[in-house]
Amino acid sequence: MATIAATPAHAHESHAHPTGLRSWLATVDHKRIGTLYLFTALFFFLLGGLEAEIIRMQLQGPNGHLVSAETYNQLFTMHGTTMIFLAIMPLSAAFFNFLIPLQIGARDVAFPRLNAFSYWVYVLGGIFINLSWLLHAAPDGGWFGYAPLTTRAYSPGLNIDFWVLGLQILGVSSLAAGFNFITTIINMRAPGMNLMRMPMFTWAAFVVQFLIVLAFPVITIALVFLMFDRFFGTNFYTTAAGADPLLWQHLFWIFGHPEVYILILPAFGLVSDVLPAHTRKPIFGYPVMVFSLILIAFLGFGVWAHHMFAVGMGPIADTVFGLTTMLIAIPTGVKIFNWIATMHGGSIRFTTACLFCIALVAFFTIGGLSGVMHASPPADLQQTDTYFIVAHFHYVLFGGSMMGLFAGVYHYFPKITGRMLSERIGKWHFWLTAIGMNLTFFPMHFSGLLGMPRRIYRYDAGQGWDGFNFASSIGAYILGIGTLFLVWNIIKSLRSGTRAGNDPWGSPTLEWAIPSPPPEYNFARIPTVTSRYPLWDMKQPVLTADVPHTQRGDKEMDVAIGGKTVGHPHPAPAPQSTRVAESAMHIETETYSAAELGIALPDPTIKPLFVALGLVIMLTAPLFMHEAQMREIAGNAAGHRTAMTMFWVFALGGASLMVGMLYNWLLTPLESAHH
Amino acid sequence: MTSVPLTAGHVAPDAHDPHATSTGLDNKKIAIWAFIGSECMLFASLISTYLIYKGRSKVGPFPHETWTDPSTGKTLHAILNIPVTSASTFVLLMSSLAMVLALAAVQNKNVPKRTTGERILGNSSLWLLATAALGITFLGFQAYEFTSFVHEGLSIRTNLFGSSFFTLTGFHGAHVTAGVIWLLTLFAIDRKRGLGPRDEVNVDIAALYWHFVDVVWIAIFTLVYLIK
Repeated sequence: MATIAATPAHAHESHAHPTGLRSWLATVDHKRIGTLYLFTALFFFLLGGLEAEIIRMQLQGPNGHLVSAETYNQLFTMHGTTMIFLAIMPLSAAFFNFLIPLQIGARDVAFPRLNAFSYWVYVLGGIFINLSWLLHAAPDGGWFGYAPLTTRAYSPGLNIDFWVLGLQILGVSSLAAGFNFITTIINMRAPGMNLMRMPMFTWAAFVVQFLIVLAFPVITIALVFLMFDRFFGTNFYTTAAGADPLLWQHLFWIFGHPEVYILILPAFGLVSDVLPAHTRKPIFGYPVMVFSLILIAFLGFGVWAHHMFAVGMGPIADTVFGLTTMLIAIPTGVKIFNWIATMHGGSIRFTTACLFCIALVAFFTIGGLSGVMHASPPADLQQTDTYFIVAHFHYVLFGGSMMGLFAGVYHYFPKITGRMLSERIGKWHFWLTAIGMNLTFFPMHFSGLLGMPRRIYRYDAGQGWDGFNFASSIGAYILGIGTLFLVWNIIKSLRSGTRAGNDPWGSPTLEWAIPSPPPEYNFARIPTVTSRYPLWDMKQPVLTADVPHTQRGDKEMDVAIGGKTVGHPHPAPAPQSTRVAESAMHIETETYSAAELGIALPDPTIKPLFVALGLVIMLTAPLFMHEAQMREIAGNAAGHRTAMTMFWVFALGGASLMVGMLYNWLLTPLESAHH
Repeated sequence: MTSVPLTAGHVAPDAHDPHATSTGLDNKKIAIWAFIGSECMLFASLISTYLIYKGRSKVGPFPHETWTDPSTGKTLHAILNIPVTSASTFVLLMSSLAMVLALAAVQNKNVPKRTTGERILGNSSLWLLATAALGITFLGFQAYEFTSFVHEGLSIRTNLFGSSFFTLTGFHGAHVTAGVIWLLTLFAIDRKRGLGPRDEVNVDIAALYWHFVDVVWIAIFTLVYLIK
């Protein structure tokens, strides 16, 4: 082993990166799973974007006749469902997977096989829900699927069955990942990586996992009720039996509002890590940024009924939920100002990643302001269910989440693939996206306030909406073209992108201390962390010298309260040489195979894929039960029997595959004996 | 850049080694607590729905009141059988005691046993099997309860009470079933190779899950059965 350091690195590359389809199907490496998440989510993002383009073509002018009302309902439902559950959440998951272990100095997540399982459930769930297009039965009840509208009485087709079952499948994926990442962040941090030294993205990811594990069970139950109503004739949403027509809305939004923060906080986290790297300044007010994340998440559970002002909950409930909603603007505003303060006085490099960060700060603020507008119940009554709301949530989801995630893509693509994305094409992507986005969504504020309801598939001329809709459609086409630039950029970079090296941006956090792409074992030596910005302490201590960043000795800092100086003066920056010696941080530039270093890694296994497959097959079974019920009503006894046979084949086949493979997985050790 | 002397001696402890974790706790222990937190929200949703729908059913049978069907004139009695359910609740609570003894037996596997009493208390297989058997007994009570309710005219389709009651208690029963399968798996492993202190965390997380399911039942028994 002692001779390894002398061996040339390139000789080992074949060991370090096994290829082939099987190696991807059986991988338990968080980086490969993250990469799979990234490209799958980008594919679904394009699919959801295509649905949006068709919607905008239909609404480009009055009396559009491109698609029927039924197809239109399916398009907007699938656009929302796809973008939320199959694009933005998994894009965030791509970064959770790739970055969390690297940022906290770990070799993998806590449960690598469970991680693979999460991915396979997600991708199979995404395929499942989209297979409905082939049957012309895509979900058509809106992304929030309000019951009783979605009960069998009002939505008799397979559409909602696909939606209910698909969301149950995707929930399993998110929950499994949630337990995994919570454990990883609590328990797998490198020595010295205390909670207040964690990179902001890891903090955001940490908070989001708590939102996921606490919010998803609620929609699971809401969906179980709907499933039972549809398949077994229970009465949860049957108003004739005395059911509360608001039960679904409450349960859904108790999940749905935290879900909004599940979508935005990872983007906030990315920006909080990307912006400092490109402005050469530590994040302004790190502790406040952390606490505002926690506060947003906490308050996020107490605002759900602001989605329901129009249902008549009464003045007390309206007032309380209006107030809690306005309260949440405070920690969010703090974050906005802290990002601006981070940029203030920095030497900003206007890279594509940085531009997307700045765009998030600007566009999210617009969406945040319209959000505060309809936090007021009287204002909301004018705006609810109009295009004003559509404008609002696209500013926070596209202008917020997607801008942050794009910033993450440009910043981290070199780390993930080892190759830079083109800045020139990136600028085209950015400017077309920024212009297209505002041209699409800003006019919606006006068409909404002029009374245009959301979810209408066609409108008459002469209501003052024509110009605004035309502008929105042109904007959407520009956005579409902008997105093609991203696709081009990715393909070009994968083929001939500039090699990135360890740290192309001069970033401060651990993931940049290792080669790009990182070797399978991540860190040959687990670093000992002595500050929030270990790489800057090593390379450019002057950047962080007068900023407290929980380095040794900065516990007592110079704080002025009410014009009075308290605490002790901050120690003068030590000379560089002693700092390097003091911080046990190091930079690894060479790639070996794990076997050469004697690092035990989890064995690749295809079992999580089969457990996921069993689960999805099992949850496909109810579709046949629906078919059997339809045939029974039609008096087709033989057809009924066939469908019921299929039901049992799928249910029992899927269940036995799942349970059998799960036992096989649990009884196999994670890694074979040490090399 | 400083180059790294990479020798076997410098390689940090394996990240999956439970002794190398940040908190000193095993990963599984943290994950099961996160899972239990999530499950709290699951049962909170089910129990809230049951309570919201209490008294809103248009037709009987009802949990605590008699109901006369206006069309047939037939009177249906209050359906919940509290004495029988008290017995099943006692059985489930006793299973938690057995679970504690099973975990202790696994932890103390290597402590020499001198008396018959110590040998019985230290028999992990016995206590794992006892826990599972008590769980199965509870499920037997539940099966009896469900069938007798159906005979008395309450199915999952009958009214809001039926829908929310069967779904809530059915979800709990499914959790007990999963727990029984888990315990029987541990029992099988114990018989095959013997569970010892190194397996402590695997028994510990099963025990945490089992106690959680037990605690949920205490909430259900109080809110559904005892409070009128």
